[in-house]
Amino acid sequence: MPATALPELVCPAGSLPALKAAVDHGADAVYLGFKNATNARNFAGLNFTDAQIKTGIDYAKQRGKSVLIAINTYAQAGRVAEWHRAIDAAADAGADAVILADLGLLDYATRVHPTLHRHLSVQGSATNFEAVNLAHDYFGIRRAVLPRVLTLPQVEYVIKNTPVEIEVFGFGSLCVMAEGRCILSSYATGESPNTHGVCSPASHVQWIPQGDTMSTRLNGILIDHFAADEPAGYPTLCKGRFEVNDATYYALEEPTSLNALAVLPELLRIGVRAIKVEGRQRSPAYTAEVTKTLRAALDAAADPRYSVKPAWQQALNKVSEGHQQTLGAYSRPWR
Amino acid sequence: MQLTLGPILYYWPRQQVLDFYAAAADWPVATIYLGEVVCARRHELKTADWLALGQELAQQGKQVVFSSQAVLESGSDLSSLRRLAAAGGWLEANDLGAIRVARQSEIPYVAGTHLNIYNGSTLDWHAQAGAVRWLPPLEASQSMVAQILAERTNTLETELFAHGHLPLAFSARCFTARHYDLNKDACEFKCLEHPIGLALHTREGQAFLRLNGIQTQSAACHALIADIPQLQGIDYLRISPQPGYTAEIIAAYSAQINTQPHTIDWQQIHPEGIVNGYWHGQAGIRPTAQLETI
Repeated sequence: MPATALPELVCPAGSLPALKAAVDHGADAVYLGFKNATNARNFAGLNFTDAQIKTGIDYAKQRGKSVLIAINTYAQAGRVAEWHRAIDAAADAGADAVILADLGLLDYATRVHPTLHRHLSVQGSATNFEAVNLAHDYFGIRRAVLPRVLTLPQVEYVIKNTPVEIEVFGFGSLCVMAEGRCILSSYATGESPNTHGVCSPASHVQWIPQGDTMSTRLNGILIDHFAADEPAGYPTLCKGRFEVNDATYYALEEPTSLNALAVLPELLRIGVRAIKVEGRQRSPAYTAEVTKTLRAALDAAADPRYSVKPAWQQALNKVSEGHQQTLGAYSRPWR
Repeated sequence: MQLTLGPILYYWPRQQVLDFYAAAADWPVATIYLGEVVCARRHELKTADWLALGQELAQQGKQVVFSSQAVLESGSDLSSLRRLAAAGGWLEANDLGAIRVARQSEIPYVAGTHLNIYNGSTLDWHAQAGAVRWLPPLEASQSMVAQILAERTNTLETELFAHGHLPLAFSARCFTARHYDLNKDACEFKCLEHPIGLALHTREGQAFLRLNGIQTQSAACHALIADIPQLQGIDYLRISPQPGYTAEIIAAYSAQINTQPHTIDWQQIHPEGIVNGYWHGQAGIRPTAQLETI
């Protein structure tokens, strides 16, 4: 298979050093967001000012790589101008595409910046070809990022029925819910990805040591309790242990990361056009490690003798949530 | 302001569903939303059954709207939806794909609560795409909805999810099957054993969520009955079906709208509590003082 047929490797950057790490270690594209509520990783100390975005775009373009700007929260009534400004700033900075979820923003970008490429964000919850094609009909989207809820045959079915490029997740923290269709976070805290660009926000987290044990709470709600010999994980709401009937277990999902290395050849075969790495909230070292590993795997994936190298697996294991990995919805038993 | 009856979010035996709607024909609700919105594996009623039920209820004077699944995945999900759309009425779109099906069938759509309309210009986009009614996001506050209504330039009808366990999240994974260590594809239809879902508590016994197949709901019941006197610009209030007491809940809301007295024991009906935090700009799990007025 010629190298040009490989999917693009799309890597996360929460900062300028992370962007450089991604570019230097083999990303084809880097995605990032502004320092405000217009993107779904609106965390303190993270993201880019307008000037940093320009620097980052220069760095990537000089090396033949592209920059995608995520403006993928929903514009909040009374403040829509902030989101419009973000789209304008992305166009001015020379971004290769904007990643949008809000239909009103897609409409704005289509009318005001017709030459700026538009991608439908994973937060837009497009899980079927009719949804993708609706966004194509109205907004001429070039690409759609699929939520992490489809099996491989379902991804293939979407690809076969749309002219839109399909991007899927290859590695990173696993969102167990259909993205854009989950407000568990605001039910517990008042802040959600859709409204505030955050999930299980750190501002509402409490770590409460009791002797050798540790409880984690989110806005006072007990998410998990760890024994002395258990490493305490961040209380992401859907990854806590709860009681259902008489069982105490990870009722929704374990703390685990998605790892699609084992199915990369399948993703190539069905015509996926881009593989995304999650983790704009992670460090430049994370971006470097994951980018390097996925680059190597992708470059090998077209070879019929492809298999997942133990070294890749070890590298990804070190940066995985709870040091656990899953194929997620790509594998039917997970569902 | 009128009441509507939302789609049944749970999996009930066929006869229970038919009995439920036979009773609903006499309830003071203007619109009845029909169809399976959670999981395609739920088949006690098939597409033809929903269509027949819709015809019956329409003949009894109800406006019938078929609701789409919130997560449409397979080709058969889409073809079932096309058959409902071909009936020619309105379609409640809970997914972008359902909007495209409505466009292709040239029928109006209700923009469902899962479509994420958070501002007036997005609502305007839906109006030009063929929407005739819309529901704000479940997490919307009174001030957010007021701001959206102030910004918009369309005349769509506005409906609020007013009473029921909040459908907070959807997954590809079935959490009910997971509880029983079953695969989703061989789930033994365990949801039939849980007509209001499976209660999930924190490890210190706080009622928190409900597992309803691929859907995760609030354990507490979201209730806007106490907020009715302050509602402005709202045309419809949606009551989400419960296996018991739906008639009583509707009677109470109807009385409240008409400023008539009503007595209903909310503690008995919703032992996990009632909440309205979202409407007051707080965490959805919080009950506000307003609820003490009923």
